[in-house]
Amino acid sequence: MNNITLFAGLFLASAAVADTPVLTVYTYDSFISDWGPGPAVEAAFEATCGCDLQMVGAGDGAALLARIRLEGSRSEADIVMGLDTNLTHAASETGLFTSISTAADYTVPGGWNNSLFAPFDWGYFAFVHNTDLESPKNFKELAASNLKIIIQDPRSSTPGLGLLMWVKAAYGVEAASLWAELADNIVTVTAGWSEAYGMFLEGEADMVLSYTTSPAYHIIAEGDASKKYAKFDEGHYMQIEVAGKLASTDQNALADQFLDFMVSDAFQDIIPTTNWMFPAVTPAAGLPDGFPKALPDSQSLIFSPSEAAAIRTGALEEWQAALSQ
Amino acid sequence: MAGGVIAVIIRIIGGGAVLVALLAFSFSTVLAVALHGDGLGTLGSYDWQAVRFTIWQALASTGLSVGIAVPVARALARQDFKGRSLLITLLGAPFILPVIVGVLGLLAVFGRAGWISQGLDLFGLDRLSIYGPAGVILAHVFFNLPLATRFILQGWASIPPDRFRVADSLGAQPWTQFQLIEWPMLRAMLPGTFLLIFLLCLTSFAVALAIGGGPRGTTIELAIYQSFRLDFDLGKASSLALIQFVICGTVAALAILIPLPRNDGHGLGLIHTRQDVQSNRIIDFGFISITAAFLILPLASIVIRGAIHLPELPNAVFAAAWTSLWIALISTSLCIGMALSLALSFARTGQTTQKLVEVVGILGLATSPLVVGTGLFLMIFPFAHPMSLAVPVTAMVNAMMALPFALRVLFPAIRDTYVDYIRLRESLMMSSGTWLWKVILPRLSKPLGFAAGLAAALSMGDLGVIALFADPDLQTLPLMLYRLMGAYRMDQAAAVAVVLVAQSLALFWIFDRGGRRHATS
Repeated sequence: MNNITLFAGLFLASAAVADTPVLTVYTYDSFISDWGPGPAVEAAFEATCGCDLQMVGAGDGAALLARIRLEGSRSEADIVMGLDTNLTHAASETGLFTSISTAADYTVPGGWNNSLFAPFDWGYFAFVHNTDLESPKNFKELAASNLKIIIQDPRSSTPGLGLLMWVKAAYGVEAASLWAELADNIVTVTAGWSEAYGMFLEGEADMVLSYTTSPAYHIIAEGDASKKYAKFDEGHYMQIEVAGKLASTDQNALADQFLDFMVSDAFQDIIPTTNWMFPAVTPAAGLPDGFPKALPDSQSLIFSPSEAAAIRTGALEEWQAALSQ
Repeated sequence: MAGGVIAVIIRIIGGGAVLVALLAFSFSTVLAVALHGDGLGTLGSYDWQAVRFTIWQALASTGLSVGIAVPVARALARQDFKGRSLLITLLGAPFILPVIVGVLGLLAVFGRAGWISQGLDLFGLDRLSIYGPAGVILAHVFFNLPLATRFILQGWASIPPDRFRVADSLGAQPWTQFQLIEWPMLRAMLPGTFLLIFLLCLTSFAVALAIGGGPRGTTIELAIYQSFRLDFDLGKASSLALIQFVICGTVAALAILIPLPRNDGHGLGLIHTRQDVQSNRIIDFGFISITAAFLILPLASIVIRGAIHLPELPNAVFAAAWTSLWIALISTSLCIGMALSLALSFARTGQTTQKLVEVVGILGLATSPLVVGTGLFLMIFPFAHPMSLAVPVTAMVNAMMALPFALRVLFPAIRDTYVDYIRLRESLMMSSGTWLWKVILPRLSKPLGFAAGLAAALSMGDLGVIALFADPDLQTLPLMLYRLMGAYRMDQAAAVAVVLVAQSLALFWIFDRGGRRHATS
């Protein structure tokens, strides 16, 4: 008797699961970790959608795009969330994404206008240091100083690529000579953000390439006000993180519903203190205390996706040449 | 007799199957990646620079690791002291550390803000800066010297102590003893040990970059990473993976060319009671203390850094520890199963065949983990959801990566047991079962324990392809560590590192000790 009940229970349970539509979202790994936005986002969306939201992590943004390219149109993913504007050009070229109608009152500096992707958060790259250090005012001053910095490799890291673009946006044709001047300030170049930030916290360098929002983590989560970022007068390069819908999705309506949810307060409220980035739409409650301010548009540097794609290879060669001396 | 023939055939088929699996695992994954792209790609000047740097640093790191390991192993083989056994267990530690943890541990001692720099600072001296090629080699020696020492120590333990006693009684000078007794063992041990360490240094990438000081520290593995991740140039990624094979094949061929002297006796793994023990005390303890300090200080810094944050760890750490444990146990059984199957099948073949088998065995290590992972992904994807196979694939990949170490340990032991006991078997007309269970396995318990310990610890510390096949509900300790670091939680990550080191070492110790106990009882 017990066995029959158990069997029936299992059967009914699996039938119930089968009736629930499943929305599969591919994102970068740190989004779905216990300390990222993933768990809260999943709970909030599942509370309203009557669906099962499955978030699958795949490395970082660039690895995420590689994964989608490997899977092609047979991917089980409905949504890809976590590409940035350095990747969206290549992502559009794959033809795997379809246009979306998601719209919101974005607070992304410079605005947002793209039919394939919608932004969910953004940030500025910056050098983070201890408050007892006087910030250099710009790259030139940094290069002329004895300050030691740790940066990430543009070939393997998102911030690393961001810095490459930042120097290019600020210095154009003079980027190569700036890198040559910076060479003696660079302690080392790590494969990823975690190594660099970890080494900085252990005291291996005066400054580390990170985000303007990094000090906010220490202030809000740890009550530690000992970190700040160096505000550069050339402006700061931006990273805008976006999501898109795959043309091969079998959950079209649900995917649209998720994208609308993504730009709503329910999702955007979660972002600042879990992803430590600026929300793409400032929620009604505003930003938490301790969060930095957005910079004026003139100080918010960014290349369009197609410019970024066109510049990358050349900028990388300049970087390699200058630092391999 | 017919039963014997069938048993032989079964063994050959079993060994052959493992060989085929290895070839499939290594070459077909490269092929799958190349086919998904547009065939092989061409390399630019920076790629060749990476190839040169990779070979150069791997040769230097390996030469230094193995070169220092010889006197250290010799010292450990002939000196007895308190904590000797603990030190030998700790030798397994750096090898299994996740790269980032090891690097941070090293920097805590040798970094710009490390203990040595702080000391120099007190005396008004310049801080130490190890960033650059020297730092890369230092880090590789830290990761690999202990392993090389462990391997070579096995060699010393295999020398029958009687030999030294006989040599002493015949009045042989230390140099003569070395030439006659120890050198043949070293000649047999060194090529294989060199090859394994070389492969570990060859495929290293985060270490070389983090301490290499810039793009000069680019290795082939990073170039593969770039072509895959940034350029999505699968052809180029496969070309680079093939170059890695060629380098590894060349070094393997050189190792093969060196003929092995026949190991014609067995040690008891005891400390040698030799006359030269006293006279070499100072030199021996010099080597032992420097190595121990070089090893233990970074480890201590990792433990000190993380231990106080252990109470802050979320409960998820238990689940992660459990997941890591059973994946390690599955991959250890797979690895030992494959190694035994290969070693038993080819135990009686000629030396050249055996060496070829060992070379095929190292393919798992010669392959870029990224290319293997991607290749497996491409091969599985048409048939099944890769995520649902995350556990078997991760366990299998870990097993393949550990196989070269297991073979290195098991092959000579099985070969020697065959040589020594095959006549006994024939004269007693022993059945295959009795032979395997009563003769072979009891004699193998020590190398088996060591090999299993290595495989288990290696699997535990490896982030592995689980990150590529990410199943959101499956978190191993290394994955949890990287996720915590990615979320700014460096303190908690340091605590996870302590759990990881403790668990890996405990597992290593249980296997290694289990084998040793069985051997002496």
